[in-house]
Amino acid sequence: MKSSKLMRCIGAIFSTAVLGAACAACLLASAFAQDVPDVGPKPPVVVKPMESHIGNLTGHAAEGKSDYRRYCAGCHGDYGDANGENAPWLEPKPRDFTMATFKCRSTLTGTLPTDEDLFNTLKRGIVNSNMPPWNTFSNQQRADLVAYIKIFSPRWDKEKAGTPIKVPEETPITIESIAHGKELFTKLECWKCHGPHGEGDGPSASTLTDSKDNPIRPYNFALGKDDSRFKCGVTNQDVYKIFMTGVDGTPMPSFADVIQPNDAWDLVHFLRTLQVHRHSKENDVLMAAHGVIPPYVDKNPPAAAPAPADKAPGGGQ
Amino acid sequence: MRMWAQSHLCQKAQRVHVVLAAAFALIVLILSTSQSANALPAFARKYGLRCSACHESWPMLNFFGQKFKDNGYQLMNDRDAPIWQNPAYWPVTFRITPIWHRVSTNKVQADSVPGNGDGATEQKITSSGFDLSGLDFHTGGTLEKNFSFYVLPSSDATASFHFETVMARIDNIKGSPWLNVKLGKFELDNLLSEKRILTLTGNGGIYQLYHFIPAGDGNVFGQMGDNQLGLEVMGHSANDRTRYSVALLSSNDGQVGLPYGAESYSTFITGSQAFDTGKLGVDRVGFYAMAGEAPISWQTNGGAAIAGSGGNNKGYSREGFVGQFYFGNHADVTVVTQHGEDNVWFGQGYGDYIDGIAPNNYIPGVSVLPSGARNPTWNGVLVEPHYVVSPQMILLARYETIRMSQQSTPGAPSNLGNISTYTAGFRYNPFMTSRAGWAYHAEYNWWHQDGTSPVSATNLTSSEVLLGIDFDF
Repeated sequence: MKSSKLMRCIGAIFSTAVLGAACAACLLASAFAQDVPDVGPKPPVVVKPMESHIGNLTGHAAEGKSDYRRYCAGCHGDYGDANGENAPWLEPKPRDFTMATFKCRSTLTGTLPTDEDLFNTLKRGIVNSNMPPWNTFSNQQRADLVAYIKIFSPRWDKEKAGTPIKVPEETPITIESIAHGKELFTKLECWKCHGPHGEGDGPSASTLTDSKDNPIRPYNFALGKDDSRFKCGVTNQDVYKIFMTGVDGTPMPSFADVIQPNDAWDLVHFLRTLQVHRHSKENDVLMAAHGVIPPYVDKNPPAAAPAPADKAPGGGQ
Repeated sequence: MRMWAQSHLCQKAQRVHVVLAAAFALIVLILSTSQSANALPAFARKYGLRCSACHESWPMLNFFGQKFKDNGYQLMNDRDAPIWQNPAYWPVTFRITPIWHRVSTNKVQADSVPGNGDGATEQKITSSGFDLSGLDFHTGGTLEKNFSFYVLPSSDATASFHFETVMARIDNIKGSPWLNVKLGKFELDNLLSEKRILTLTGNGGIYQLYHFIPAGDGNVFGQMGDNQLGLEVMGHSANDRTRYSVALLSSNDGQVGLPYGAESYSTFITGSQAFDTGKLGVDRVGFYAMAGEAPISWQTNGGAAIAGSGGNNKGYSREGFVGQFYFGNHADVTVVTQHGEDNVWFGQGYGDYIDGIAPNNYIPGVSVLPSGARNPTWNGVLVEPHYVVSPQMILLARYETIRMSQQSTPGAPSNLGNISTYTAGFRYNPFMTSRAGWAYHAEYNWWHQDGTSPVSATNLTSSEVLLGIDFDF
């Protein structure tokens, strides 16, 4: 009797332990498991031994996997294909890493961005989108994430990143520079998308789509106040880079082959005056000229004005 | 006797086996049937970020979530104002937790003979069963860029509601993240937030440090864990590495209607700095200090205290350091220390007379302190390590200890009121979406206090096992 009780007791303890172990194994297996999509036989993501190099930092894709699942996959998708569960409700759509086409680069259009470009985008976020600034991360976390998003496209195996363009020293901000920038804004037909006053309401604005045929809105310069930012930065150097490298995956082309560096700076100075609520040196210069941009005097004027009078771009003030 | 004990132990083991087997079977069943769901927690559905983006493990915030909160529930991507949302968007989340738990307390005051009313003995009481937590309705968000709110009607398990949080806040005043103001009833700016605690048991579901009162002390006003009424100014760097906050609070322990002092206020100050420590991650160190005054005397009517008439304010303080240390992507530990001190009058049972917490009402010219009475002081530390197995699963533990360094009454045992408590558990989220939160929760807590059992004034011990499903929608 005593032996029987003892055996039952041992049996009870043993079966409890077995059940506990089975439960723990089940939990751990579930915890370590990849998120598998509800539909389709997609295999788990294979993490290639990709690296990123930013200064002295080396990022490793394997280290970025957990953070990618935690922070990024909801929009960009577990497979980096911009198909996260939240993607259908986002506007603009999240980046498709399988295409390896990136808006914010320091490299020429059509080339891969540098690791530092991606690193800076993570830190800065994309204004007017659902991509926040991930500036609470450590630099190592960001470097690891940059390495991780490179596993999704074979382009990173076959191509090297482009060479960053050189940003020459900024020319002086003068009313003449602004006037020439305005002239270029007309000549290059920036107004067709961005609108005559840079409010994103040009005649082509409603027809624009990105490289995946998703509707896309041109940048509205007039929005925002002193804290207004561009998608790819906030400084004059950033603006210079935006139109010299283009915004890949969008209708915004590169103007690197069209205008000279000095002309590009003039355009930057004019664009700043379209940010009418932002305090800037360009707006100070314009104010000093009583808010009037004088006609640009050129020895070789364009053959014809491309826009009707009421659509011609105006000054920012 | 020994045989009986063996047999009794065996029967107990069998009972425990049955309960554990049922619990494990329940967990396995739940895990095997779990699948993705689409629900709409307030902020996640607004921004489309998974819960894990802001929470190390829901509801505990990570640094990104803390920055979001510090920015007034804004991501700062110029899409924060409601004008950018679908007009049908309504920022509401509710949270409730059905549970099974087993609670055991070694010394509960009891009649020596059931029904005789003498309350002369102590009994060990152990009970178990299915239960509910209270229900929280969280609603919060932006009304316009840099104007935000948070309202949290909260109920106990019987659906008796109160306002846990009501606040309006203005952020980035003059375009600076260093100046943000909120007014109302809110959680103090504790780096380790009790409102976002990962544990749910009666004693493990709070931070003992945030609520500690020495044995016999009548001061309920220094509870850092309770939401308080007041005004807070806080600021932070753009990446939230540097933070500060200063709050002016009514010494009402968050109770509306000015029930306590006529003019009694407290302050709560924090500051912290985070560092990028390379492969370890971002680590943060900081300090906090709560200091204030609260009443010890009350006007009476027919012998009963009159609400709002408290006076003869006396002081108290709690201060300490906080450290949040990460060791890569998986392990972290948070440490909070505290040194606390109450005025001697609180230590002698003056303070919350109106609620009957403090037995004594100070009467000027009549009330006197016992000879040698002094300010009670204590020190405490809280250590909470986590192991994040994956963004879906976290293992957690906690050890807290509070040691009296000076008793108010000379001759009182030096360890009277000391607390030690251990908690361990895990939370597992079967799915990760931007729509809903769902966590399988298992936890064990053991709690011990020296010399405070209700009759014999000996050591009091309590333990609790809790299994549940914590969800919000």
